[in-house]
Amino acid sequence: MMRKDLNLIIRNGHVIDPSQGIDGKGALLVEGGKIKEVFQDSGFGIQADSTYEIIDAGGLYVLPGLVDMHVHLREPGYEYKETIKTGTMAAVRGGFTSVCCMPNTKPVNDNETVTEFILRKAYAEGACYVYTIGAITKGQKGEELAEMGMMREAGCVAFSDDGLPVMNSLLMRRALEYSKVFGVTIISHAEDLNLSSGGVMNEGPLSLRLGLRGIPVEAEVIAIKRDIELAALTGGRLHIAHVSTAGGVRAIREAKRDGIEVTAEPVRITLPLQRKQYVITIPMQR
Amino acid sequence: MYLKPFSCKQGERFFYAMSKELLDSKDMDRTITRMAHEILEKSRGVERVCLVGIQRGGVYLAKRLAEKIKLIEGRDVPVGALDIALYRDDLNIRKEYPAVRQTDIPFEITGQVVVLVDDVLFTGRSIRAAMDALMDIGRPARIELAVLIDRGHRELPVRADFVGRNIPTSHEENVEVEFLEDGGKDKVVLNQE
Amino acid sequence: MSETGQQLRNKDIVGIKDLSCDEIELILNTAVGFRDVLRRDIKKVPTLRGKTVVNLFFEPSTRTRTSFELAAKRLSTDVINFSVSASSMVKGESLIDTAMTIQALGADIVIIRHSSSGVPHLLARHLNASVINAGDGINEHPTQALLDAFTIMEKYSRIKGLKIAIVGDILHSRVAKSNIYCLRTLGAEVRLIGPPTLIPEGLIDPDIEIFHSMEEGLRDIDVVMMLRIQMERQDRGFFPTTDEYFRFWGLTLERLSLARPGAMVMHPGPMNRGIEIVSAVADSPQSVILEQVTNGIAARMAVLYLLSGRRG
Repeated sequence: MMRKDLNLIIRNGHVIDPSQGIDGKGALLVEGGKIKEVFQDSGFGIQADSTYEIIDAGGLYVLPGLVDMHVHLREPGYEYKETIKTGTMAAVRGGFTSVCCMPNTKPVNDNETVTEFILRKAYAEGACYVYTIGAITKGQKGEELAEMGMMREAGCVAFSDDGLPVMNSLLMRRALEYSKVFGVTIISHAEDLNLSSGGVMNEGPLSLRLGLRGIPVEAEVIAIKRDIELAALTGGRLHIAHVSTAGGVRAIREAKRDGIEVTAEPVRITLPLQRKQYVITIPMQR
Repeated sequence: MYLKPFSCKQGERFFYAMSKELLDSKDMDRTITRMAHEILEKSRGVERVCLVGIQRGGVYLAKRLAEKIKLIEGRDVPVGALDIALYRDDLNIRKEYPAVRQTDIPFEITGQVVVLVDDVLFTGRSIRAAMDALMDIGRPARIELAVLIDRGHRELPVRADFVGRNIPTSHEENVEVEFLEDGGKDKVVLNQE
Repeated sequence: MSETGQQLRNKDIVGIKDLSCDEIELILNTAVGFRDVLRRDIKKVPTLRGKTVVNLFFEPSTRTRTSFELAAKRLSTDVINFSVSASSMVKGESLIDTAMTIQALGADIVIIRHSSSGVPHLLARHLNASVINAGDGINEHPTQALLDAFTIMEKYSRIKGLKIAIVGDILHSRVAKSNIYCLRTLGAEVRLIGPPTLIPEGLIDPDIEIFHSMEEGLRDIDVVMMLRIQMERQDRGFFPTTDEYFRFWGLTLERLSLARPGAMVMHPGPMNRGIEIVSAVADSPQSVILEQVTNGIAARMAVLYLLSGRRG
């Protein structure tokens, strides 16, 4: 993916790089495909020969390649929705140079063969770096652990049954315990399926008025709290996917304060909205 | 005669038992030498002869006899160790069982002349047990018995073929044979209980 | 000259937990004498004539029951195998009633295996007969630990200071529990290796090192003690598949080469070849798996002898 012959100057941009503490007017000098220098001015004074491509950012943001740790590339199995090729192209378009793809493909990425297929395909056709997330349970059925160790060796970086929660608390405990051997994170799709069953939207006066079955926020909060307790019990590393409730955020904040190994991500599409809390899992999926 | 102190747990007091040294190390050595000669004389050499000591004093004595035989005859005789704990006839009446020690007879005894060796011959019950134990290991052509001390009081029809010393004793007395190998020094002591 | 040996303190052997270092050593030393008996043509002694031993097994077992049965027979006792399906248990008779009945039949020693932890302890309190635990639930299997220690002693002549790794399902293994207590009491350095789902980290003595990786855990080890992976466990999610278990925790020649040269390989049996151990290791000269079986009889004879010999 890296172009070794690339010589490039990006000037007149707003460079942001938290790792370097840079956030302001700036310019980049790229030589042989690698960033050679970051300038803290507009960079009009950079001397370069004709082999250098020059881009005038016109005051736009210049960012490091972003990582999206929660994407669905849908391949194999659902190529009519998305493929590794189209998904990674979309990622690059949005400024993402690395993506982690969830395992709810068909077949599910619950063994090293599927992992190897995705990685080989991504290497051949992908537009950005692809990291695979393996399933926690075989077929995402929530019944038996998948071969995490073998998938880890094949290249999986984390494990999740995303799209479905691991409802069985014992199995979730085992997953968090077992994952410790390989130092990988368990990503939880936090949802109590009994509480959310049949719901299509946030439970409240609106759902009543629309005559649609609602999902109480507790469906997510309870699931998050359970997983936090299990992470504390086992010492496993937990990540909560697409948190959409204030109660969930509070629980995670408290767990972090207590030193429990938990991280979380918000639902990006809800960020621009100003409502206080959303339960998005089921509505998003359907 | 001298007084030998020993402690008595019940009373926290010292009792004094009467002890008498019957044989010192030189006496013991002379006696063992004579016994070795007798064994050789009776068997006309060491062909087919092996020594089996009864744990534990008999084992030390058997080794001493073998050393003497080697000095006299210039030939090695095989020496084994026999534990008789598992063959005792008093297991059902004892309060506590004896320790089980190793039986180590690394040679064939079937068809051989086995000289059973023990330090003290008393009731004869140990010898009965030893013969039973030997029979489970093989079928010797003959079993002979060599003891350093015969103190009498037989309860079974047992007689030794080679005897170091005959020491008449009473039931209240106790003959103790000590060996250098066991951490003491060679001597035979008569204790009054 | 009827010298009296050292004795066990209790009338029962229900767990290694209750034995002192001296008592364990007494059993091991006594077993040496019985191993000699087992090497003879006539592998029987008259020692316990007239005694009655009952095998009371509430869980299916062939190996342990046979081993106890042979040990008892080699000592000239009368042995009765009390099979559970044929017993009154199915008629609703209580556990204690069953045991009391067996005692009334004249049993001197009752050997018990039960799927519930603590059953031998309960019966030991109710019976005058000696009780030997032949495995209770996930708690202890003391005679297995004794025979394992005996087997190690045979090769190394000591246990103190040896580095011993126990590999596999520590959580459910009564063999592992008894071995941990036994080897620690005798002064070995014990390590546990296996997936965290099968090693209850918080519950184990902090002095015992836990490894999740075979490659790290097997380094410099003198003895590798493999445990049987029970197939029914994987349904409960302790590990994904036997394939994956083998990939990470199976004992291969390559992994064994990380241990001390000539390190001893043990397994209580029955083995799952290709899951916890490969045939090349199980059948190698380093494996003492069959010696363990033979030594099991000697160790159990020692236990039967010592328990019979303390009426004081």
